[in-house]
Amino acid sequence: MEVFLQTLVAGILKGGLYALIGLGMTLIMGVMGIINLAHGQLMMIAMYVTYVLFHYMGVDPYYALIVSMPSLFVLGMLIQRFLLNPLMKVEAILPENQVLMTVGIGMVLTEVIRFIFSSNYLSAQTSYSSEVRFVGGISISYPLSIAFVVATVLTLALFWFLIKTDLGRSIRAVSQDPEAAELMGINAERIKIITMGLGSALVAAAGTLLLPIYYLYPDIGGPFTRRAFVITILGGLGSTVGAIFGGVTLGLAEAFGSTYIGMEFEEMIGLVIFLLVLLFLPGGFKRLTKV
Amino acid sequence: MKQYSGAILLLAVMLVFPLAVQDAYYQHLMILVLLWVAIGSGWNLISGYAGQVLFGAAAFFGVGAYTAALLSHKLGISAWWGLPLGAVITFALALPFGWVCFRLRGPYFALATLALNEIFRHIATIWESLTEGMVGILVMQTFVSKVPYYYIALGIAVASVLTVEIVVRSRWGYYFVSIREDQDAAESLGIDTLRYKSVALCLSSCMIGLAGALYTNYMGFIDPRVVFSLHDVSIAAILVGIIGGVGTVSGPAVGAFIMVAVMEIFRSGGFGFLGKLSSATGSPFVATLTKYISEAHVLSFGLLVIFVILYLPNGVVGDWPILKKKLLFWRRQATV
Repeated sequence: MEVFLQTLVAGILKGGLYALIGLGMTLIMGVMGIINLAHGQLMMIAMYVTYVLFHYMGVDPYYALIVSMPSLFVLGMLIQRFLLNPLMKVEAILPENQVLMTVGIGMVLTEVIRFIFSSNYLSAQTSYSSEVRFVGGISISYPLSIAFVVATVLTLALFWFLIKTDLGRSIRAVSQDPEAAELMGINAERIKIITMGLGSALVAAAGTLLLPIYYLYPDIGGPFTRRAFVITILGGLGSTVGAIFGGVTLGLAEAFGSTYIGMEFEEMIGLVIFLLVLLFLPGGFKRLTKV
Repeated sequence: MKQYSGAILLLAVMLVFPLAVQDAYYQHLMILVLLWVAIGSGWNLISGYAGQVLFGAAAFFGVGAYTAALLSHKLGISAWWGLPLGAVITFALALPFGWVCFRLRGPYFALATLALNEIFRHIATIWESLTEGMVGILVMQTFVSKVPYYYIALGIAVASVLTVEIVVRSRWGYYFVSIREDQDAAESLGIDTLRYKSVALCLSSCMIGLAGALYTNYMGFIDPRVVFSLHDVSIAAILVGIIGGVGTVSGPAVGAFIMVAVMEIFRSGGFGFLGKLSSATGSPFVATLTKYISEAHVLSFGLLVIFVILYLPNGVVGDWPILKKKLLFWRRQATV
């Protein structure tokens, strides 16, 4: 029973971070209609930004959020402005060109980082990295719970932004119907640029929060890209609420899988769930709620 | 016959190539090109013609490669039997996968193939009692010389291109293109889309599986990271198709040549030219430049993906008229 509860807590805490990753992905998916296969790589960049701040300037990784999120916001906007938006006008036989483009972007980001930092494993060991609190016999990782709290705050802020502000409303309008939104006077290209920046900033937050408990190497982006699209498909494409549920589900599935089946199956479980959801519940959790 | 004269000329050149060029290094590069022609043709059939983008060519490539390797490793049979058997086994994998996953469309299908690729890579890594995991499998090479491998690779490449040519000219080819252009319209005209998509996938997977089995025989060593690699096999297969030209018969051949050439120019620093330059001049700047350029070959690959998609979305063959106009501006001047 104790193992079960322990796994449950670990899964939910991890799920909070995954939700943050999934939220960025699903925003991009909703507005652009493409799957961003460079998502994990953007997160990797944010982790390196945080690492540089921590290692060379001694900035605490949590304060580094103030730098990593805006810088990734700008990077995301640049990618959208100069690489993805021009593709909309290119005539091609295959409509999946944009997805492929994100793969190319991901590769370039990984290799540029490998160029600068080499392939070595790095980690940001803080004083609290392995600190643990006990609540009723269950150990709760201190950095992971901080990450969970920050992730929750950011998620709430995102929802406030999407529901209450003009810009947020424009983003939702474009994701519902781009043409109608343009007819209403919304500059869809600008919205796409901003959304890409926002998605990148969210995943940057996830990366920064993950750094104190994780290790870092240039290829770390790949597994997280796969997690991100699993979460997005789980929750239903373009559904923000779904992404939260998807993130927590994946976190739980991975935690239970690695506890009860075996550590080496951790990544495979997500992919198997992904295939099952695609086949039996296309549309993800969004389909169940009809929201 | 006239339309094939170019192809026959090329084939003749390819046939005498290993006799004319004795250097094992260039023979190796040409074998790689031929392997990529087979993989690219396979990708092109399902993705370029039938429009179902395959993000997981490595799943089939790896299964073909592991079939050959396991035959010799576990059963003690020559790995060459992996060529026919690899094709059969990838076929047996593609059929149920297609049947299940072809109800997904567009990017969803692409993601499903990506997941298949990753799942197989994990299986090959985890199931150590069968596949030796990350240790990999060593297979003794049959020939010391590269020439026999060259001709076998040439045979597979030519067979793949011919298959695509024949299929595309047949009734099936028109079914495939109609599915790519508008699946619902094709369905309403009475085309059994699920069936024809499966046909395309099975043919494609056979070509890719054959290439995988040949890879095992030729390289003599495989491990999950190499043959199930997402970047080095799956994405490279897409790149070969896109550089050459999506939905063209000769596209993959052109694309394979360009891709191998570009990768190798970076990896070897301009075929060793920069290395020679740095030792000749003794300049430390050229030496560091050489080192960085050879490290940047994956980067060059990524940049190539971006460049090709932005500026040549239909590939060298597909956009040839535009490309010709841009490249041969001097001809316009000559006529003026």
